[in-house]
Amino acid sequence: MTMQLAGKRVLALGERDGIQGPSISACAKAAGATVVLEQTHCFV
Amino acid sequence: MPTAESSELYALTVTDGDPSWAGALAGVALKLPVFHVLEPDITAQIPEDVYERELSFATFSLDTDAVTESTRRVREQNGAG
Repeated sequence: MTMQLAGKRVLALGERDGIQGPSISACAKAAGATVVLEQTHCFV
Repeated sequence: MPTAESSELYALTVTDGDPSWAGALAGVALKLPVFHVLEPDITAQIPEDVYERELSFATFSLDTDAVTESTRRVREQNGAG
């Protein structure tokens, strides 16, 4: 079953050298989710 | 650059607890349903203009299949999502 983002609360965990938090956040919001945390980390 | 291993690391951290036992979530199994933003089921829900602006560039450099597969595997093995 597909997880529907609309109406969900999302933790947007980005990676510095990949897809960063603000981009994930923008996508989640555009899909109807509420972003409750947005961070970008370096996993190196 | 994100890899299958780095994706697995953060996915495990928010489901089963920090596998490196180095951070605050060591031994803390949050069991959050974790998804990679590039998984097809997720990208299908993102408006095309937003996808193009925020994600399309990353798909040129990321091994999309590897990072999404490792995230999916952790999610399913930990019963989250």
